[in-house]
Amino acid sequence: MSNEAVAQQTATDNEVIGPEMYRKIDAIIEKYKDKPGSLIPVLQQAQDVCGYLPHIVQRYVAKGMKMSPSVVFGVATFYSFFTLVPRGKHVIRVCLGTACYVKRSEEILEKIKDELDLEVGEITRDKKYSLEAVRCLGACGLAPVVVIGQDTYGDVAATKVMDIIKKYE
Amino acid sequence: METTYRSNIMICAGTGCVANGSLKVKDALETELIKRNLQKEVKIVLTGCNGFCAKGPVMVVYPEDIFYQLVKPEDVPHLVEEHFIKGRPVQKFLYTPPAQKDAIPVMNEIPFFKHQVLRALRNRSLIDAEKIEEYIARDGYMAAAKALTEMTPEQIVSEMKKSGLRGRGGAGFLTGLKWELCARVPGDIKYILCNGDEGDPGAFMDRSVMEADPHSVLEGMIIAAKAINAHYGYIYVRAEYPLAVHRLQLAIEQAKDRGLLGKDILGTGFDLDIEIYQGAGAFVCGEETALMASIEGKRGMPRAKPPFPAVKGLWMRPSVLNNVETFANVPPVILHGADWFASLGTEKSKGTKVFALSGALNNIGLVEVPMGIPLKTIIYDIGGGVKNNRKFKAVQMGGPSGGCIPASLIDTPVDYENINKTGAIMGSGGMVVMDETTCMPAMAKFFLEFTEDESCGKCVPCRVGNKTLLTILQRITSGEGREGDIELLLNLSQQIKDTSLCGLGQTSPNPVLTTIKYFRDEYEAHIKEHRCPARVCTPLVKFVVDKDKCKKCGQCFRACPTGALKWEKGQVAYIDPEKCTKCKSCIKACRFWSID
Amino acid sequence: MAKLTIADLKKIKEEYHANQALREGGFRVKITVHMGTCGIAAGARTIMNTVMEELAKSDKKDIAITTSGCAGLCSQEPMATIELAGEPPVKYIALTEEKMRRIFTEHVMSGKPVKEFALVQGHETTY
Repeated sequence: MSNEAVAQQTATDNEVIGPEMYRKIDAIIEKYKDKPGSLIPVLQQAQDVCGYLPHIVQRYVAKGMKMSPSVVFGVATFYSFFTLVPRGKHVIRVCLGTACYVKRSEEILEKIKDELDLEVGEITRDKKYSLEAVRCLGACGLAPVVVIGQDTYGDVAATKVMDIIKKYE
Repeated sequence: METTYRSNIMICAGTGCVANGSLKVKDALETELIKRNLQKEVKIVLTGCNGFCAKGPVMVVYPEDIFYQLVKPEDVPHLVEEHFIKGRPVQKFLYTPPAQKDAIPVMNEIPFFKHQVLRALRNRSLIDAEKIEEYIARDGYMAAAKALTEMTPEQIVSEMKKSGLRGRGGAGFLTGLKWELCARVPGDIKYILCNGDEGDPGAFMDRSVMEADPHSVLEGMIIAAKAINAHYGYIYVRAEYPLAVHRLQLAIEQAKDRGLLGKDILGTGFDLDIEIYQGAGAFVCGEETALMASIEGKRGMPRAKPPFPAVKGLWMRPSVLNNVETFANVPPVILHGADWFASLGTEKSKGTKVFALSGALNNIGLVEVPMGIPLKTIIYDIGGGVKNNRKFKAVQMGGPSGGCIPASLIDTPVDYENINKTGAIMGSGGMVVMDETTCMPAMAKFFLEFTEDESCGKCVPCRVGNKTLLTILQRITSGEGREGDIELLLNLSQQIKDTSLCGLGQTSPNPVLTTIKYFRDEYEAHIKEHRCPARVCTPLVKFVVDKDKCKKCGQCFRACPTGALKWEKGQVAYIDPEKCTKCKSCIKACRFWSID
Repeated sequence: MAKLTIADLKKIKEEYHANQALREGGFRVKITVHMGTCGIAAGARTIMNTVMEELAKSDKKDIAITTSGCAGLCSQEPMATIELAGEPPVKYIALTEEKMRRIFTEHVMSGKPVKEFALVQGHETTY
């Protein structure tokens, strides 16, 4: 990211993360701060509050948990559950587990990337969709599987996937 | 000398059949056989109930294995005349398979159910996972009660060792031995841990057990805790399994309420608290030391062993980690004994194993079968064979740490030793079946993409080695493979296996090694002939119709979304390269492999 | 809730069997909808809602409705099991709202299993 882009992102982050969110994070930290090993649950819940974990939130958590920001950053970037950039209104998750792969889920992913002009981990310009690739949701009986928000779609064909996505406005 | 009979008639003498007159049929048969002087050739045997009571009296004639039903004493002379003198079965009494008549088949007639024996999944479909009473009603917590009141830790360990139960998570270490190692280590604070991280793509049995029968996991953990003297436990569950987390949480609360967890369990003075820890998405956390690091709130990176977790595990305290399915197997072992458990299975692999069947099969699902069952039975009988009448090519076992077993080894008995011999591993029990439309080098590439992504980055062989393997596979599948690439893959794979720190790196080359071992010709076709036999690797597909193979059916024409395919009735199809977007719809539609 | 002792475990088991046994427990039919992750993803919730609606319409008090986890045959989800007192349970596969309504009318209410939607009858082998 260029310096300009970083500055812009920080400005957006400051706009999104308001006082109400900080109050909620305070409550989470208060609950866990004396319990050893609780950084991961704290970050999980902070992400639930904010939708993502920008640097300002990571630093805030580090301070509250009396940890070095580098430790928090290390954990936040290690686990795939955490996202450092905002997610779209609808999160599209394409399963790339073995069973889905054998049923050509890669072609579905390619199709979505093409149509929405999006890479995995990115968000569309109108903030409507973000795209993620996941490893096995344990619904192999329905392979290939695409999850949009909370809804799971089984037996999805690459040629039909955009019809499903367009239902989410 | 014992007489050798040419035929045996097995007559059911179960309650139902006797009520329907089976003993009278037996008398009539004896009389008739003597009359015909066949008493030295045909033997009559009374058997127990065979479950077909509605069709009684029933009998089976061996060696022909012919099943007669609804036989009356007055029918006997005709039956003996036809069957034993003229040698032809009597149609009238033959049992008609249900497919041909209007009745719903029973479990034994459906191959999917017939070969299964449910132990770990013993409560499947039978209980409501959210009601503890339903679990108790199926002998739930009776094994924990027995372990807490009647057994010493040594007795529990010895029973577990004798049962031969091995870890169902992958490596197959003897569960009893693991407990014994930890039990021997002195210490006031120990931990019992359950691995519900199930990161293996294509495996979903642990998810199913946690969702459908969470108390069986808790009960297994109580018994293990007593054996090693632990009073605190964690269940580590993937974040991707919200329903499993919810049901486990509920189960823990109910068990606490009822005094089955917490202080003074069942009034025995034994304490155990269990907490759920949600993972945050990292495959490497399935490795025991990485999982423990993750519970400690750190990045989930494995560390060198020894010291083993049994000595220094979570927070440097002695710990035992077992997988979900392993714990679910524990209560019946304690309740019914080691001998009962070991009565199924092979010499070194006892009991049953749950497999998650998926891929190109007709029946996809979760099955539990005795160890040692042939792979063929799982794939063809239980799995119902390959979908769309395509050819069975291989089955992938063990996920990214496992390998592909080819069609030629389909008679392999499924147990730890025999699966290891093929180059694959039992793993957690994922079985992904592939047909001829799967490209093996691309499959290896798929797994290496996974490993490269999930490598924690701590040790060089795994971090750099797997990336290099992936680079080579990428060039092979994009048509830029070089002479010597196969040897390079083999050499590098061996080095990664030998020098990686943890199980992830030590096993990550297995998909490459097994696909080269069994499908080397496919690698060679990619490298030398620039051809992908399965038509998967797009840069290597020509999108040209083979005139000799084309059956002129027009399926490809109907499938083509861009109008690139030209076809008329009775004509060979043609693909217009100008309009073709290489989407492969035509290749999938063609039943005759006639598009190259 | 009161803490249990071992004697209580046995009592719960006996009471449960006495109460839940069809007929003795006052129930004539038990409907189990299989609701594991893949069942739910395949539409088990809709099936459950349909059963509840039909039950409300029927105004019957002798029908027990319950859920359980994965039934094992993921490719045939959603699934439900119907057990009438004194008869082996019947497993229905690949259900839709319409199929479930017909099963409710014919099997649950009139005691005639719907052959074309059924896969199998009886219990699986446990142990």
